[in-house]
Amino acid sequence: MAVIPVERKPLTLVERTYLPQILGGLKTTLRHFVTPKQTMEYPEQRPAIPPGYRGVPVLVKDPHGREKCVSCQLCEFVCPPKAIRITPGEISADAPDAHVERAPREFDIDMLRCIYCGLCQEVCPEEAIFLQNQYSMSGYTRAEMINHKDRLYELGGTLPDQHFKWDKKKAAEVAGNAGH
Amino acid sequence: MVDFYLQLHPFVQGLLKGLAVILVIFPLGGVCSMAERKVSAWIQDRPGPNRAIVPWIAWIPFFGKFLQRLGLFHVMADGGKMLFKEDSLPDHVNKFYFVLAPIVAMIPALTTVTVVPFGAYLDPAGRVIPLVLANVDVGLLAVFAVASLGVYSLILAGWASNSKYPFLGSVRASAQLISYELSMTLSVIPVFLWINAPGAEGTMGLGKAVEFQSLPGFWGGMWFIFLMPVSAFIFLTSLFAETNRQPFDMPESEADLVGGFHTEYGAFKWGLFFVAEYANMIIGSGVFILLFFGGWNPLPWIPIADLVGWLHHLTGSAFWANPFVVGLLSILIFFAKVIFMIFVFMWVRWTVPRFRYDQVMEIGWKKLLPLAIANLLAYAVGIAIVQMKG
Repeated sequence: MAVIPVERKPLTLVERTYLPQILGGLKTTLRHFVTPKQTMEYPEQRPAIPPGYRGVPVLVKDPHGREKCVSCQLCEFVCPPKAIRITPGEISADAPDAHVERAPREFDIDMLRCIYCGLCQEVCPEEAIFLQNQYSMSGYTRAEMINHKDRLYELGGTLPDQHFKWDKKKAAEVAGNAGH
Repeated sequence: MVDFYLQLHPFVQGLLKGLAVILVIFPLGGVCSMAERKVSAWIQDRPGPNRAIVPWIAWIPFFGKFLQRLGLFHVMADGGKMLFKEDSLPDHVNKFYFVLAPIVAMIPALTTVTVVPFGAYLDPAGRVIPLVLANVDVGLLAVFAVASLGVYSLILAGWASNSKYPFLGSVRASAQLISYELSMTLSVIPVFLWINAPGAEGTMGLGKAVEFQSLPGFWGGMWFIFLMPVSAFIFLTSLFAETNRQPFDMPESEADLVGGFHTEYGAFKWGLFFVAEYANMIIGSGVFILLFFGGWNPLPWIPIADLVGWLHHLTGSAFWANPFVVGLLSILIFFAKVIFMIFVFMWVRWTVPRFRYDQVMEIGWKKLLPLAIANLLAYAVGIAIVQMKG
């Protein structure tokens, strides 16, 4: 690489007094008085959340209103800070979704431990847990900061996908194709 | 009302006047701290504090919102906090001097105001009488003498804190204040050489300096900033150093000394230091304006007497001849200038990075002091020639 010698001119007498620089600086700061403010005034103005944002992890239901989680507990195992605690439960035989067999009885996410890494979402075979847009969690007690199952579904809402994997499996079984 | 006031004992009159001035200066110090936050915010493209509001003012439709955005009520919130929070006294300090220091800081700050005129009125004979608590000939000398006592509070605070950062801060403060006091005093001598003719009765009064900037004619009406720009520059620079403002904030140096001399202070005692600093700034700006920016005269070559005369002529009403109106007008003009100067202080603070300690010393001793001496000699010779001719 070529070396380019840069000539450093000695400072002139006026420059050595430091005054033109101060005046220039004052001009710059004065200009900032009239420029538009950069601050977003938070509670009133909210930032636009980009796609792929990892907010608070929540559970979702499918378009038929069935909870997608089958309490396989993979997310509980993968969770690095051990924020997730699942108590698995069975779906009673007379329920319409009985063929799914399992659903969580309890599903707690401790938001004081969660590190928003998104591994739970990545590992979930049922696409039941998602890190969605909510970025602000607060409470007055530690107990308040644990999201229980009902709260998780309330925050998560419905995922509008059309897989209906378990319904297809049941239909295949009925048609005599149990190995499907 | 006026008659009742005039029949009071002069001592009581003086007490009332002094109280009135303190009641203006003290809250003004608080408001300045708010203004500082606001100015810094605007320079950094932020809106600044704009949330606090008193409910019954929030009910005013447009104006209330405006006051809220201006952050005016944060002054009250801050003041309230400083008054009511726990005033802790660390175990390792020298208790007596630790408590004494903030009080010593306030005394010079509020004492210097006595000899600083802040307005003027016209008596029936048409002479301009300055409004001042004590119109003494010693004037500026008193300001310098008392203001330099302010450094004792910093030294006391730093020493009594019994901790290394406050101690370093106070050592720097004393060195800095001594260095810049010399240039400051030397820079104003040309002004008083110009005002006081040899052989005549002399004065160091600040009112006299304004009087000399209100004379008729091109040279008479000229503000001293045009006549002695170098003096004004040296005075202003020293003023920045004397009031411990950036870029000369050696005593505080929050970057390297935590908080400098007030590291160990909190609550109301800390607030007193703060108010004292701003009171010093206000009075320093006042002196600067009286000496170099024509005091209560609205514009160069237009003294207040002319302005009032024109207004009287234009409107034809005796309203403008009333001494009260003239007094209020002059105070208003003077305060507008002082507030502008305070703004300049803040503007410079958020523009210029602070000097290193050795740079502060070098500027003080190697640059400003020789410049001040050369300036004094040049003006002394010049004024001697002019006065011998005239």
